[in-house]
Amino acid sequence: MNNWFQEVWDQESMHKELIVQPERCTGCRTCELICSFVHVQEFDTTRSRISVFNFEKAGFSVPVVCQQCSVAACMEVCPVEAITRSDRTGAMVVNHDKCLRCKMCTIACPFGATIYDPIKDIIAKCDLGNGDPMCVKVCPSGALTYQEPTQANISKRKAYAARFKAVYEEVG
Amino acid sequence: MYGWTGRILRINLSDSTVKTEALKKSDLQDYIGARGLGTKLFTDEVDPKVDPLSEANKLIFMTGPLTGTAASSAGRYNVVTKGVLNGTIAASNSGGSFGPEIKYAGYDGFIIEGKASNPVYLWIYNDQAEIRDASEIWGKDTVETTDMIKEATIDEAKVACIGPAGENLVKFACIMNEYNRAAGRSGAGAVMGAKNLKAIAIRGTKGLKVADNTKFLDVIMDARGKLQAHPVTGAGLKAYGTNILVNILNEHGGLPFKNFSEAAIFPKAEKISGEYQAEKYLLRNKGCFGCSIGCGRVTKIKQGKYKGLGEGPEYEATWAMGANLALANFEAISKANFLCNELGLDPITMGGTLGCAIEMVEKGFIPEEDTGIEMRWADPDLLIDMVKKTAFREGFGNRLAEGSYRLAESYGHPEFSMTVKKQELPAYDPRGQQGIGLNYATSNRGGCHVRGYMTSPEVLGIPVVVDPDATEGKSELLIIFQDLTALVDSAGLCLFITFALGLPEISEQLRTATGVTMTDEEFLLAGERIWNLERMFNLQAGFSKDDDTLPRRLLEEPMAAGPHEGRVVELDKMLPEYYGLRGWDDNGIPTEDKLSQLGIS
Repeated sequence: MNNWFQEVWDQESMHKELIVQPERCTGCRTCELICSFVHVQEFDTTRSRISVFNFEKAGFSVPVVCQQCSVAACMEVCPVEAITRSDRTGAMVVNHDKCLRCKMCTIACPFGATIYDPIKDIIAKCDLGNGDPMCVKVCPSGALTYQEPTQANISKRKAYAARFKAVYEEVG
Repeated sequence: MYGWTGRILRINLSDSTVKTEALKKSDLQDYIGARGLGTKLFTDEVDPKVDPLSEANKLIFMTGPLTGTAASSAGRYNVVTKGVLNGTIAASNSGGSFGPEIKYAGYDGFIIEGKASNPVYLWIYNDQAEIRDASEIWGKDTVETTDMIKEATIDEAKVACIGPAGENLVKFACIMNEYNRAAGRSGAGAVMGAKNLKAIAIRGTKGLKVADNTKFLDVIMDARGKLQAHPVTGAGLKAYGTNILVNILNEHGGLPFKNFSEAAIFPKAEKISGEYQAEKYLLRNKGCFGCSIGCGRVTKIKQGKYKGLGEGPEYEATWAMGANLALANFEAISKANFLCNELGLDPITMGGTLGCAIEMVEKGFIPEEDTGIEMRWADPDLLIDMVKKTAFREGFGNRLAEGSYRLAESYGHPEFSMTVKKQELPAYDPRGQQGIGLNYATSNRGGCHVRGYMTSPEVLGIPVVVDPDATEGKSELLIIFQDLTALVDSAGLCLFITFALGLPEISEQLRTATGVTMTDEEFLLAGERIWNLERMFNLQAGFSKDDDTLPRRLLEEPMAAGPHEGRVVELDKMLPEYYGLRGWDDNGIPTEDKLSQLGIS
């Protein structure tokens, strides 16, 4: 990264985002495995903070995970302000000491990304691996990436442009 | 317990009972899991002379200690039974996420015994297991069956089932899980059919623990890194799936053509290659549970009479129903493959049997009036028609449903059957690879490539480059491959990891997962123990040295052209050495010394 870019970066205080690209997902669910292992020290996909839905007959898979919304319903609905945004990572994080376990956040989240873990008795949600998400490290196909939002959009646009080019060349 | 759960379910279909049993720690250490442990339990309980289709045969579903962990490609389970096609011990291996679901329900596996009086399916949800009526589902294909059972249970259930082929006791019926994954070979599906067991649905929501969290994470991340960096597992298989082998084997001069009757070169191979598949029909890559390779292909034929969507075809299926039939129509091969999945057939034996039939008709050994249809090479519609007729045992399909050996023998010419121990050979002409020839001859379930994949060193040069035409050194190398493969299968790992990982990585994953302090050598010895136990079962079932052979053609008819022109398999040069290195006597029987060294009684 260039110095001038780094400066702008710091000024804008942008955070990296966990970018999901379902069209690349092979449905292997390794992200679920590693997420549960890191957080609860077991391989238990029911307690993972990310879930992959395999539409088996269609051969299509979609990872679903907290989007760290700018206007976050989980935070808005929390009666004791136990959910706040981390300055460092930008993730919405739960303060378990403050949390009442009322589970309103699990109801409010439109993605079902905030869950209640009955074994640990905590509200569990993606914390972006505290700035180093393991799910991204094990994703074998690039369906999960952790990158600057601007760069993420450029990657997507570029992939789309490549497809457009291929189609154009075929019909042109 | 770590890695393992230490528990199994025993389901008796005759008296409709289900109970939980504990596994012996010594069995777990000696036989690891999946293929090995399943074989140990099976051979302890079942008479080797049992009729595979009788009530007394059992069906054991077993996972390994790594199954369901984040070790790469550890989503496997094995079905151990006495094979209907070959009469040998059969461990049929499948991926997807059915195996991990067994672990999450709290079991290492289950033993299914007896026979239900009417069609049933099993529904297992954690500690609850019940035998349910399946009369409404009987007769449905594997897709409809899976849909109906998910509807009747929960959508998250993982379903393994048989299609019409299994119900009709087709000798090479397979067991399908999650629509597209198969415990494919040896006819395990017919054993399920004979037991009136249509399906098993399972859902588990329990966690799985390993012994040393920190070390296990380090070890699996290291292994994943090696798999991603390797040209085969990190690039080739990702880009083109297993069909990457079509062009490679064709260039090697080892892609069997027309039932092995001509030189092993298919001039139109490009049209059925992984490259062609990726360019024309690939929707996306698909991975089994926890797999970093993702060799599965979601393939779509958008229009025309072979329209369809599904996974595959894999290399072996593409060859068996393509090059083996001189057929270069990828769309028809895909359709036939999807039909095999839906109807529950092993496409390797399907294609092998059809190829045998076509050759015998062409040469006048099967009268045309018997087939009821014109049998010729490169006929896409014949293939589609025969796949359907075989599954339902209609017309000539009833003959094909017996596999090529019984078909050819019934006309007095078993030599046209390209089988070992009555199981059809896969997609590698052994006249172009001496080592794979020795593997076919000695494989514990007959014609099979996944018991000692000598193509890896002989064609791909992994992990060592060897001369495919040489016989020297092949016995020694094959024995290591066979023992290591037995370990890999028993750990719950996919064989494909062995392109990039060796015994040290596999052993370290097992140690950190289970907490068992066995050395690398002791793990490999477990593989040898499993191999010898399988051998003993087969010997007691009635197999002998005479069965450790190849179809006459491969021993006597020289390869007609190509890089291996003039070659036959020089089995007589390798087999005695193989027996010797195995610690077996001249008749291929493990010596008392060998058995006691391995602790087999």
